[in-house]
Amino acid sequence: MHSELIRVQDLGKSFGKRVVLKKINISINEGEIFALMGPSGVGKTTLFRILNLLEKPSEGRLFFRGSELTGGTICENINARRSMSMLFQTPCLLNTTVFNNVAFGLMIRKVDKNTIREKVMNALIIVGLEGNEEQKARTLSGGEAQRMAFARAIVYDPDILLLDEPTSSLDPANVAMIEEIIKRIRHERGTTIVIATHNIYQVKRIADRGGILLNGELIEVNSIERIFEAPEDARTKAFINGEMIY
Amino acid sequence: MSSIDFLFQGIIKAFELIFSLNPYIISITGVSIRVSGTATILATLTAIPLACGITFLNFKGKQALITLINTGMGLPSVFVGLFIFLMIVPAGPFGFLKMYYTQEAMILAQYILITPVICGISLAAIKAVPQPVIDTVYTLGGSRKDIVITMLREARFGLFTSVLAGLGRALAEVGAILIVGGNIAYTGSVGGIGEGLSYTRSLTTAITLETSKGEVSTSIALGIILISLVLSINILANFFQRME
Repeated sequence: MHSELIRVQDLGKSFGKRVVLKKINISINEGEIFALMGPSGVGKTTLFRILNLLEKPSEGRLFFRGSELTGGTICENINARRSMSMLFQTPCLLNTTVFNNVAFGLMIRKVDKNTIREKVMNALIIVGLEGNEEQKARTLSGGEAQRMAFARAIVYDPDILLLDEPTSSLDPANVAMIEEIIKRIRHERGTTIVIATHNIYQVKRIADRGGILLNGELIEVNSIERIFEAPEDARTKAFINGEMIY
Repeated sequence: MSSIDFLFQGIIKAFELIFSLNPYIISITGVSIRVSGTATILATLTAIPLACGITFLNFKGKQALITLINTGMGLPSVFVGLFIFLMIVPAGPFGFLKMYYTQEAMILAQYILITPVICGISLAAIKAVPQPVIDTVYTLGGSRKDIVITMLREARFGLFTSVLAGLGRALAEVGAILIVGGNIAYTGSVGGIGEGLSYTRSLTTAITLETSKGEVSTSIALGIILISLVLSINILANFFQRME
């Protein structure tokens, strides 16, 4: 039985009068790959930003390892944030070398130089970028840049990895590579992975459980088998079948 | 003799003065570099922390301060010179400092003129760092301090450019330093030209004086040095921009 890592309770988010998320309830267990599915613009990124403490929810509560983060102090939030990592749809590259980009998370944690080198090289091997460490990050191709961002996200062994549509702009070869890395990280390190995607085939390939988000509402959370074979909500079935429900 | 021949002969004589390391020319160049260099260092030490404060802190009057800085970027130099002059003359409120007609007064004038320039360009460079950089630092577990350091690092080329723009403006400035410095050289001729080694005479103020005296070759020599200095700074600024 896996223990609960993140719990979201009655969470809502509004930007002015625009309601983006409504009464979200979700529980994510340690070591699982949880897929948050839904078409573009339904609030997946907003939910991820709240989970990563980049945004404050308008209502509801957020728990990490049983401790409430909503309304926590900056210091408490930093400790929680340091256990997480997030990968954006478009990777943000710092204007320096690949090595320094990947090492960034370790440097701010004041890890010693030898350990940094060892961990960075290991992360670069995992994402297939060994030998590129001295290259300027901004000269990498799109796929390489996303893999470098992936290495930067996993280099300090976070407890949870939030992947916000990490493969949506990549070619099939890079998509396959990223999916392999996701499975490997979970298998070797036991990292909990939450992935936002609108690619249902990808979900089928890599996720254990999933949730469908439609118009800011989480309509169903279930195992991947149940979602694809016996969905409880008619809208889930329509989404899986690719029908226009939004 | 046509004006072109006059100019041509002036250029030849100018190069003779430069390559013979004429003490008058050297002392004027030294004053320019010393005054503008010191003013740029002091302005940088004020302007970049000020730009950081404006970017990262929220305080009352922030927008008014930004407006003030933007206005300061186009401040007329003669007005600054006049204002400082009135402050430091013996009858002025800071007359006891005995700063009038000194290099310190010239540094003060240039400091006031270029601080808004450096601050304004630095502000733009820091603000140009994209929001995803801030988000990325946060998601990797960074603190507010890490965000400030990363943003400054990302904006580094823009910050260098701001300092070089300030130095360029200081070197090319004439109105303010003419008023507060007095364009003074020690008495006695040096190498057959000028009035002696420079005390508060800079490249720009010397050019105005030598031209009015009809010493065109000396003016051209000073002009060549001035253009070379400003050109070097621009080449350096372009180099940083290309690196970015």
